[in-house]
Amino acid sequence: MGTNMESIIEIKDLHRTFGDIRAVDGLTFDIQPGEVFGLLGPNGAGKTTTVRLLNGILPPSSGTVRVFGLNPSERGEQVRKKTGVLTEASSLYERLSARENLEFYGTLAEISEESLGSRVQEMLEFFELETRAGDKVETYSKGMKQRLALARALLHQPPLLFLDEPTSGLDPEAAQQVNTLIESLSHKGQTIVMCTHNLIEAERLCDRVAVMNKGHALALGSLSDLSRKLWPAIWVDVKFWEAPSTLQLEAVKKFPGAKQVEAGTDSLSVRLESKESIPAFVHHLVGSGASILSINPRAHSLEDIYFAIQNGRKMSNELEIHTRHRIEGLQGGTPE
Amino acid sequence: MNWRSIRAIALKDFKEVRQNKAAWVPALVVPMVFALIIPLAFTLLPQLIPAADVAKEMGDMQDLIVRLPPTIQEIFATKSLEQGFVIYMTAFLFAPMFLIMPLMFSSIVGSDSFVGERERKTMEALLYTPASDGTLFMGKILASVVPAILLSWITYALYIVVVNAASWPLFGHIWFPLPTWWPLMFWLTPAISLLGMSATVLISSRVKTFMEAYQLTGSLVILVLALVVGQLSGVLYLGVFSTLAIGTLVWVVDAALIYVGVGTFNRTNLIAKI
Repeated sequence: MGTNMESIIEIKDLHRTFGDIRAVDGLTFDIQPGEVFGLLGPNGAGKTTTVRLLNGILPPSSGTVRVFGLNPSERGEQVRKKTGVLTEASSLYERLSARENLEFYGTLAEISEESLGSRVQEMLEFFELETRAGDKVETYSKGMKQRLALARALLHQPPLLFLDEPTSGLDPEAAQQVNTLIESLSHKGQTIVMCTHNLIEAERLCDRVAVMNKGHALALGSLSDLSRKLWPAIWVDVKFWEAPSTLQLEAVKKFPGAKQVEAGTDSLSVRLESKESIPAFVHHLVGSGASILSINPRAHSLEDIYFAIQNGRKMSNELEIHTRHRIEGLQGGTPE
Repeated sequence: MNWRSIRAIALKDFKEVRQNKAAWVPALVVPMVFALIIPLAFTLLPQLIPAADVAKEMGDMQDLIVRLPPTIQEIFATKSLEQGFVIYMTAFLFAPMFLIMPLMFSSIVGSDSFVGERERKTMEALLYTPASDGTLFMGKILASVVPAILLSWITYALYIVVVNAASWPLFGHIWFPLPTWWPLMFWLTPAISLLGMSATVLISSRVKTFMEAYQLTGSLVILVLALVVGQLSGVLYLGVFSTLAIGTLVWVVDAALIYVGVGTFNRTNLIAKI
């Protein structure tokens, strides 16, 4: 765990059990201001329990939690004044209107009576709900309900926002609207913790992710960090303007960082030992006199990373995926 | 506790119940029956049927009247047969039945507030608000108890007007309510409202739906029926002192139930049932 005093969230060796079930099992991480942090994992991974622990809804069985430097299980009210939560189910009062919902939650969030009306109006306009603000929520589409739930979470301008499956059950158009909103919040410096199954969304929105399973954080880091840890070697695809000569191909093969070379007629794929070797490799290639059209390092998607981690865990109880891949690499295996 | 939040929770719960016709229609029909139809029947009956038939009925009622305390028997001693019938039926026999209203209304709103919130999956977002457990609990108590008491008092007021107006030809003056009704209205009725609500809080932790909670709390009506039977048989008479005593007992039970309820009403327990 980082000891950075600026961390908004600090968790150390956090455990929460329900009888024999270990919902959260030894979680340790911290989150910095302005960061969009993803909690990824299948159902039952412990994502929602983690959010509940961070908001003081549940006390931990052991370990420490600090949110804004406060212990949520002791100072839950103070913590929740600074957090907004979009729950997986929209949890809106369907028999009430959007305005009534927001006024109710605004009062509970202790927005002053003088500013409550204008703040509610501002949120209704921002989320494009003002024309239907007086209608009962039960008449809303799923996308409108999700926008209203997001408005509710942001109503009291919390510095920390939790989003539990923000696009779950939405059609692609509504999901895109919600994602655009999250992206704009992120650009404004909002700290966001996002629980999701949707890896494409997480890849687009999150600065760092924790991949969870059965209460454990199997891996934690940015997409590039995780990718580098999982696959230290990197494939680079080179396209030539003109087919390279035999001499030029030989020169490529002699590059010290090249582990493997696959040659086509006017293209070449080279496995380099690390991402850091790329600039030297390009320099080497140019030096060989080859006429290069393009050079593209192969990127791993979050989906690749996620499944590699989850599958790795199934193979061995202790995750040492990067070690396993390194061993495969040493043995001449192809981790990719 | 934050009183602004408490008020908001109470008003929100009440607004929600108002939108649930299945909940409030029976809660309004019963007071209408109690405040209009029954007093009209009891007061107009002896004015419409032959005096001899009333005398026959009163002959049977004499057995009941002799069981009443001497101070109450004096009321009947100076009244005609018709007047005695109206007084016995409207002011004595029917009195405990009025306790059904606060019980019913507080359990309807209480069930909708405590269990309905969970059933409609709105509880989780509420738990993520800064409101303390005590604020949430108090808001929900007020949402069910205050309207129950107010509705009961409105029904009492209507009942008083209807009884006096319909029996005016017999009495020629305002004679109702009798002194025994004051502790019934202002001591026992609030206590019974709280009983319905506090029982709902305990039941809510064991049931999943609004209807289950409502039906279980509805079984408390047996207590009210026991008072009616007690009064009819002469075993228990709702006089000023006995009503104050029963009210005190109910307040003590309320306090015990709320003490237990507060202990179970916390976020950890509530989130576990979502």
